[in-house]
Amino acid sequence: MIKTLKYSFYDLARSNWTYLYMLFYLLTALSLLFLSNDLSRVIVSLMNIIIVLTPLIGMMLGTMYYYNTRDFAELLLAQPIQRKSVFLGQYLGLSLSMTLSFLVGLGIPFIIYGVLVSSEVWNFSMLLLVGVLLTLVFAALAFLVAAMFENKIKGFGVAIVVWLSLAVVYDGLFLLAMMLFESYPLENAALGITLLNPIDLSRILIMLKLDISALLGYTGAVFNKFFGTSLGLLVSLGALSLWVLAPLGLFLRVVKHKDF
Amino acid sequence: MIRLTFIAILLSTSLLADTLNVVPGSKLESIKVALNLARAGDVIQIAPGLYQEGQIIVDKAVTLLGIQYPIIDGSNESEIITVKANGVTIRGLQIQNVGTSYTEDRAGIKLDGVSDCVIQDNRLYNCFFGIYLKRSNDTRIINNEIIGEARFEMSSGNAIHLWYCKNISIVGNTVSHHRDGIYLEFVDESFISGNTSTNNLRYGLHFMFSDRDEYTHNVFKANGAGAAVMFSRDIIMRNNLFENNWGTASYALLLKEIYDGEITSNTFKTNTVGIYAESVNRLLIKNNDFKANGWALKIMGSCMDNKFTANNFYTNTFDLTTSGKSDYNTYTGNYWSEYTGYDLDKNGYGDVPYRPVKMFSYLVANVDASIILLRSLFIDILNFAEKVTPVFIPEGLVDPNPLMKPRP
Repeated sequence: MIKTLKYSFYDLARSNWTYLYMLFYLLTALSLLFLSNDLSRVIVSLMNIIIVLTPLIGMMLGTMYYYNTRDFAELLLAQPIQRKSVFLGQYLGLSLSMTLSFLVGLGIPFIIYGVLVSSEVWNFSMLLLVGVLLTLVFAALAFLVAAMFENKIKGFGVAIVVWLSLAVVYDGLFLLAMMLFESYPLENAALGITLLNPIDLSRILIMLKLDISALLGYTGAVFNKFFGTSLGLLVSLGALSLWVLAPLGLFLRVVKHKDF
Repeated sequence: MIRLTFIAILLSTSLLADTLNVVPGSKLESIKVALNLARAGDVIQIAPGLYQEGQIIVDKAVTLLGIQYPIIDGSNESEIITVKANGVTIRGLQIQNVGTSYTEDRAGIKLDGVSDCVIQDNRLYNCFFGIYLKRSNDTRIINNEIIGEARFEMSSGNAIHLWYCKNISIVGNTVSHHRDGIYLEFVDESFISGNTSTNNLRYGLHFMFSDRDEYTHNVFKANGAGAAVMFSRDIIMRNNLFENNWGTASYALLLKEIYDGEITSNTFKTNTVGIYAESVNRLLIKNNDFKANGWALKIMGSCMDNKFTANNFYTNTFDLTTSGKSDYNTYTGNYWSEYTGYDLDKNGYGDVPYRPVKMFSYLVANVDASIILLRSLFIDILNFAEKVTPVFIPEGLVDPNPLMKPRP
């Protein structure tokens, strides 16, 4: 497994996509920091970008990478290696390279602007943590989708639909439900619904860390009471980890029974 | 001739005025005894030291003058100085420890039915009420420092409390950690300027039933709410700074039932709500800066004929929320940092009207819990759609000529 991981990682380290991804975050963070020196505001703006784009890019690069390395994976499968280690290695190789691009791309500008000595260092680490977890979640989802559909076009289509439903449609339905059940106390229900969507969960986690949390009024107070405690943080990080492990487990199950 | 004799008499009385020196350990070591000896017009000089005296009643027009802040300590048992004569001056004292009472309004310095007094350069620490004026007129309260130890709203008093007063100047005071910083009830024609009001439990400044007052150049920071102006007419609010009034139920400026005033050249920075207005009519809101607030303006449907012009709105989460289906105020010539229109004729005003109410703020006003979707992609899409073709937002609620650049 380590060998396939290493191979995937070196393979991706030579790929232009990895550097493009890193450059994208580097430039975004630099320009935002350049335009407004307020670290807290930049973190909010970056949060908007991260919760939308990290999942999308994770999804796209994930499916692309799976389809591109299919031939190589089939070659490996002919060798006496466990299927699990081949695919897990590939997944970890991809996540590792994306995570590194993400961390380096965001880390360098913020370190230049002195995040380490500012009071925002914890908010920034939260942003990084959430970004990394989102990368892991959507890379796993991408692999799962790609493994389920032989047809590339279909695979990409489904990947987009998955991203769209988690990033946009889910919130739309959520809002609709809230309008319908307006007269009921919705705070706890909202809490549960947020836990079910990795993008919403990440958004709330970062927002409550920033001082815009007071805007959330009573709802925010309920949320703060939950997410503000270490138990809440553990539960939400647990939920996010579950979002990594569940698709990954499903993916491994799919490839185990798959006829190559 | 009459005038001359009058001046002569004045001079002679002032020449006759004695100075009594209160010094600890001397023959005259009590302020109360000194007050008994004094005649109107005398100066009572109080030497540095600790005076454990409460219930000092000043019933003659004397000057109490502290040298290097002598400490008058009420031992948490009683009111400290009660003024019952006109023309009293109290200067340079440190007054501390007025105990909490649930039955009477004890104060560090209370003025009861008097006029022409001056209260200047005093320090009041841990007083239940700091300076309390009751049915008093033409008095100046200048450069005092009033710091309380309020913990709960119900068991604390106000730093400066005015009740049924007229023509009072409150200038350059620093008030903090009380219930309200400055409280005015039935106070007319007064002037409040250059005060700093911070960390008060309820309001930095609180008006009730007070007309024709003016407050300028004050700073309100980190209070429950910056200033609350209620049931008043013709209040002028100018050049004040409202900052960090931040919390789940916090406002920078809370307006309720007020008429015909003006709010000009104030700065509202990082408050949860900049201005919250309910039943507010005929106000002019001009040249204010709103920066990085949660809501810059929350204008309820009961507000009418207010004019918002030449204000700058920078990076507020919401610029404006209204509750009603229609809005009867005018918004014109403001700068909105989110405006994306163009200015072809180069007159400095955008050619496309700006709609300051976002779809999302309309949703939040109706369903509180939906604020949880703040900054979600879906909401951005919704806002955009509403911006292109407004359906929910009151049709007339536009700034027809938004500024292209912020007013300097």
